[in-house]
Amino acid sequence: MSNEATLHQEIHTHHHDHAHHDHDHGHDDHGHHEHKQHFISKYVFSMDHKIISRQFLITGIFWAIAGGLMSVFFRLQLGFPEDTFPILEKFLGDWARGGKMDPEMYYGLVTIHGTVLVFFVLTGGLSGTFSNLLIPLQIGARDMASPFLNMLSYWFFAGASVIMFSSLFINTGPASGGWTTYPPLSALKEASMGSGLGMDLWLVSMALFIVSSLLGGLNYIVTILNMRTKGMSMTRMPLTIWAFLFTAILGVLSFPVLLSAAVLLLFDRHAGTSFYLSEIYIAGKALPNVGGSAILYQHLFWFLGHPEVYIIMLPAMGMASEILATHSRKPIFGYMAMILSMIGITVLAFLVWAHHMFVTGMSPILGGVFVLLTLLIAIPSAVKVFNWLTTIWKGNIRFTVPMLFALGFVSLFISGGLTGLFLGNSALDIHLHDTYFVIAHFHIVMGISAFFGMFAGIYHWFPKMYGRFMNNTMGYIHFFITFIGSYVIFWPMHYEGVAGMPRRYYDYSSWESFKQFAELNQMISVAAIIVFFAQLLFVFNYFVSIWKGKKVTDPNPWKANTLEWTTPINAGHGNWDGEIPEVHRWAYDYKDNGEGGDFIPQNVPLKDDEKAH
Amino acid sequence: MSGFLIILLVAAIYVVLYQVSRSSELIASIQGEEKFDKKRNKILAWSMLVVFAAFMIGIVACHNYMMPLMAPEAASDYGVEYDSMFVVTLVITGIVFFVTQALLFWFAYKYQRKDDRKAFFFSHSNKLEMIWTTVPAVAMAVLVAIGLKNWFTVTSEAPKNKMQIEIVGKQFNWISRYPGKDGVLGKKKYTLINDKDNVLGQDWTDKTNLDDIVIPTGEIRLIKGKPVELIIGSRDVIHDVGLSHFRVKMDAVPGITTTIWFTPIITTAEMKQKTGNENFVYELSCDQMCGKGHYSMRAIVIVETQEEHDAWMAKQQSYYAQNHPEAVPAANPGAETTQPVVDSSKKITMK
Repeated sequence: MSNEATLHQEIHTHHHDHAHHDHDHGHDDHGHHEHKQHFISKYVFSMDHKIISRQFLITGIFWAIAGGLMSVFFRLQLGFPEDTFPILEKFLGDWARGGKMDPEMYYGLVTIHGTVLVFFVLTGGLSGTFSNLLIPLQIGARDMASPFLNMLSYWFFAGASVIMFSSLFINTGPASGGWTTYPPLSALKEASMGSGLGMDLWLVSMALFIVSSLLGGLNYIVTILNMRTKGMSMTRMPLTIWAFLFTAILGVLSFPVLLSAAVLLLFDRHAGTSFYLSEIYIAGKALPNVGGSAILYQHLFWFLGHPEVYIIMLPAMGMASEILATHSRKPIFGYMAMILSMIGITVLAFLVWAHHMFVTGMSPILGGVFVLLTLLIAIPSAVKVFNWLTTIWKGNIRFTVPMLFALGFVSLFISGGLTGLFLGNSALDIHLHDTYFVIAHFHIVMGISAFFGMFAGIYHWFPKMYGRFMNNTMGYIHFFITFIGSYVIFWPMHYEGVAGMPRRYYDYSSWESFKQFAELNQMISVAAIIVFFAQLLFVFNYFVSIWKGKKVTDPNPWKANTLEWTTPINAGHGNWDGEIPEVHRWAYDYKDNGEGGDFIPQNVPLKDDEKAH
Repeated sequence: MSGFLIILLVAAIYVVLYQVSRSSELIASIQGEEKFDKKRNKILAWSMLVVFAAFMIGIVACHNYMMPLMAPEAASDYGVEYDSMFVVTLVITGIVFFVTQALLFWFAYKYQRKDDRKAFFFSHSNKLEMIWTTVPAVAMAVLVAIGLKNWFTVTSEAPKNKMQIEIVGKQFNWISRYPGKDGVLGKKKYTLINDKDNVLGQDWTDKTNLDDIVIPTGEIRLIKGKPVELIIGSRDVIHDVGLSHFRVKMDAVPGITTTIWFTPIITTAEMKQKTGNENFVYELSCDQMCGKGHYSMRAIVIVETQEEHDAWMAKQQSYYAQNHPEAVPAANPGAETTQPVVDSSKKITMK
């Protein structure tokens, strides 16, 4: 309750300032920077969802650069296994003496790259950023249900980040068992250097991240269900909000299972338990543990791990839907079908996890059931694709930077989604499992495609976040290099996978079956490095535009229908200066407004002769 | 110092790029935003067609480059089934891929912004939704049907006339075991393992162990046309027996025994001829991350005729006999040629 009180008080002052300033400076100079609030409470321990969203995004950007740089390093090893690179020694020190990366470090980088990109960038940085920014703004709320828990959610994430980052600098190196950290490899410090302190830090960091994700998720669900403004019925909400709702539900129901997996792993590591360990002979001695099952961990891990894929994809899908509609000047096609398909995806997401485990020796009947359920999930995904295509059909498309990224998202989602039909079918997976085909599949569908959704979102809502635009020309360069580069990197990997080339190999040159791909691996590495530097272009554009970007003059620069564009350009804490607007129609009335415009915002009342959608 | 200069240089490039980009925005405001935007929108619409064309050309070029590098035809009966199922899946997904990608880029180009165009207000159509729910559902049903048929084949009981070979993973090599004359693999216990004279932990009180042959390099010798069942285990962490030429793969999990069976149909010698590659060799790769030497966990698989196999087998001495020479009658032949020479996994220098 006290949060509410502070918030109202704050809004009150803000309103006052605003009125005052309107006289002096006109429109785009709101008084919120002259708040009585201290810098620390305003920008650091902030309870304003808009600031928290920026904190999530900037932390995400930090991790994306770090994770991307790691991939550059291990791509150097993969592309040029014979060569040495002094720059590696600069960054990695003794882990790359003479410029030659140590295998332990190679596996450490692969592991941390996967972990931070999946969790810190595409979960924290994506859903954390946009759920925070858009839920209150688009449903018409002053802030989250609990701004305090929301703040805690970010600071748990920050804590997780610090611990994960520090694990890169310890003597035995970071966790190095792959981002899935399967025991016994991850449970026994004898098995690998990364399974020492690095693995403990990984587990603690993930535990904190899970807490962050749960605090955030509960808040998102409660806010969406309880704090919609007058008139904002569930079926009037933009698809972004539906997507964030299902994302949060998935997270709240599946992350605790990962936490339990992590806790049991900690017990096995330090308390002598045998949850995952049985009949192991390692480092010259037989361990006493019997009766555990290494496969149990995989069930627990993938019970989160698979929904996690949709935790990443759903926000990207929601934002792409919103952006495709807005920039095509057309309603999203099949709004109800979109919601139903998201429900389908959410439910099925919990029932497909074991398709990651077809070759663990599981019961064939169980495998068969998971094949069926896995391929079922292709149906709602296909429906979504057809609906996006129909959304742009007969539109009036403005090729803004967010629109290009949304189109790229659809293209990548198709390409990466279809290869899922190979891997989800156990009879085919039995050969493709853990090869580069898998690498190609998931990087395209939930790596790059989710990144495209995220980029689309950033370019689209940057004006709302900072009151300025990002530079267009740089945005276009960023798009074309990234789009083409991603296909150049990942398309040929399908072939390598079909040829059986295993993932997570440090060097292929002594393998008769895989060494013919050396030249190709080199080309892929070069492309990856180029694409990495193109991402720095985005980072540069992002940070410079915060202060130097072209100022937004129209509060609704994209001519969109949703409520966030009814707030002042630089909205203070509380979002709307006066009353929260009332909603009279759904979010997709992109049609003739009778006055020459082609859109009708949600807060415009229905005309007498107009039927609600 | 040079590192610092490089960083400066890279930063300078970004600054220059940013300034150029900004000036283009400036030109826009001088020329008039509206006009500039229209021109740019048109160029970008065209770029959609260019990107699509480049995409398609790229796919063909990539395919032409890759095909000569691919693995040869499948070397097992399951592999033949596998490849035909792969092709069916590829055709179905390929059609969807080309149609949807073409529509995406074509619509983007075709429906670019025009002043005289009004977007068509088209919010839903139950008929269309029904069609594109049903069609994928039917396609999925086909894929599931083929998939399950093959899946239940490959996971079925191995036929009676099978041979059995045990393959055990450890950091970082494979160990294989043949049942010997009695055709039975003897019992093991992990606490009996020692690297000096009992690498698998065989229980010597079980008499069926005494004739078992252990190959410490993990070499596997299969017989063309004879079903083989691999009995898979691990001593330490999870490994995975990956046999890409035979299109099968199975995890090796400590504490759990897994199996996989298939019938090899092409001998190594025949494959050398078919591929025209004198160095061709079937390889067993570890396909589950198992530690720093994961990438070097290689074993050789040889497919030979029954006669060749028998001749090889005759030369082998049981593991028990090798390590307990006192207990074995001198009649055991070929005692001096016990260790196979091929061990390419050792060639990789490990830290």
